[in-house]
Amino acid sequence: MKVLVPVKRVVDSNVRIRVRPDGSGVELTNVKMSMNPFDEIAVEEAIRLKEQGKVEEILVVSIGPALAAETIRTALAMGADRGLLIKTDQTVEPLAVAKILKKVIEQENPQLVLMGKQAIDDDCNQTGQMLAALTGWAQGTFASKVTLAEGTVEVAREIDGGCQAVSLKLPAIVTVDLRLNEPRYASLPNIMKAKKKPLEEVKPEVYGVDISTRLKVLKTTEPAMRKAGIKVASAAELVAKLKQEAGVL
Amino acid sequence: MTTLLIAEHDGRSLKDATHKALTAARELGAPVHILVAGSGARGAADEAATLQGVEKVLLAEAALYDHVLAEPLADLIVSLAGSYEAVVAAATSVGKNVMPRVAALLDVMQVSDIVKVISPDTFERPIYAGNAVQTVQATDVKKVLTVRPAAFTATEAGGSAGVETVATGTDPQLSRFVSEEIIKTERPELASAKVVISGGRSLGSEENFAKYIEPVANRLGAAIGASRAAVDAGYAPNDWQVGQTGKVVAPELYIAVGISGAIQHLAGMKDSRIIVAINKNAEEPIFQVADYGIVGDLFVILPELDQELAKIGL
Repeated sequence: MKVLVPVKRVVDSNVRIRVRPDGSGVELTNVKMSMNPFDEIAVEEAIRLKEQGKVEEILVVSIGPALAAETIRTALAMGADRGLLIKTDQTVEPLAVAKILKKVIEQENPQLVLMGKQAIDDDCNQTGQMLAALTGWAQGTFASKVTLAEGTVEVAREIDGGCQAVSLKLPAIVTVDLRLNEPRYASLPNIMKAKKKPLEEVKPEVYGVDISTRLKVLKTTEPAMRKAGIKVASAAELVAKLKQEAGVL
Repeated sequence: MTTLLIAEHDGRSLKDATHKALTAARELGAPVHILVAGSGARGAADEAATLQGVEKVLLAEAALYDHVLAEPLADLIVSLAGSYEAVVAAATSVGKNVMPRVAALLDVMQVSDIVKVISPDTFERPIYAGNAVQTVQATDVKKVLTVRPAAFTATEAGGSAGVETVATGTDPQLSRFVSEEIIKTERPELASAKVVISGGRSLGSEENFAKYIEPVANRLGAAIGASRAAVDAGYAPNDWQVGQTGKVVAPELYIAVGISGAIQHLAGMKDSRIIVAINKNAEEPIFQVADYGIVGDLFVILPELDQELAKIGL
């Protein structure tokens, strides 16, 4: 079975982002970029399925700037087999990403797509579900456990208040949550080997998909900041303040 | 034109998150219809009909929708969406699962997790774990929106709409419900509780959550939350996680115990009205957002806090 893993290059999760003072967006120059952490978990899961002998090939796809090739190389160093970079400097919204990925699916015929549940830059949490809609496939979102069976994939989903288990007919789209696995670090030999793995580059135009944006970003601002309050010396003083000053007890 | 709100319910009544999403839906300025789907959902539909600003309730009674699987529910919503200008749901695990599927089927770019309605096509939404706020204008004719419940107040009763039964669909047979484990609790729901007390990894064990956090939570009628570190360490269940990828809460009072205050955690609680931090390290970033802080050993302070709350009759 072939597995498709879409990955996104995003600002590293440890970076404290800065909003440009003119409201035009978030400062991205000279900022450390990494693979979206949820996508890393998806890559890891695909590799584990391959190690169990249930998957033959892992294709990693990224839609983004030339440097997104680095993100794909990271996945190849972890253990994916092949990369595809759909190179564009434009902002591509989740709906357009899903449309492009659908075309990739038509060419590549994977039986399973594993992807992060959301990207930590735009926090949209849409692409997997949209791809499932466009392909007409089943979707298993927010997965904390993925088990491949004969013609199906069993997914444990994290939902409000607990956990839901569903069985999806293959082919299917699974979006992964934080606790599915702990992604591995690529070893140096594997990083070297990854440089020789195939990484194809294409332009989005080859798919004939309109990727113009549907959302107009009017401005980007800093959230309202909270001010640090006061330190109190004891639980007694805290309770007194909460009751008399804050009025929350 | 009209707005369609997708309800979440337990059969008898709507979930609090839907009451809050209704407030956002009403702010779009058009009459609101509420879709209630599921077998035995008549009670919830009747309750929906009493809410302010609701013009009509659509009831789709079929067992097909009982486990809110995305595939059949999205088909149902799309079958109804033609006559609506906007389709809205709360950004809960249900809304997040089904709405992007609906949006793509309608060829609409969804606006996720809105925190403010500026006009019927312009919204504010947080990005980068709430470290920036985007104002976006949706240019699609139809709008598909999910609403962050913590950012809106709940709509109260005070209306009397009619309940209309709508045609239900057939099972696309793509996915099948297997089982569900919902953690039973007498406590309020984390996402809508008025008071939340959360513990971090410094608690040290699941037993210590029970021994130190629970008594205080009981006195305050609070929901219990946790940092990602505490969840990863196995001290607290997954669905207690507060933060960028967990629950976003905005209670009247949020007490962070032994939590350092990573940006991802702050993203989930910084809109709380009053924040209290208890931590042994005065330099932790949590104190930069806390209204009241106590620097000290949580294992000493929590029992004291418990006693002090008892003294004022809680």
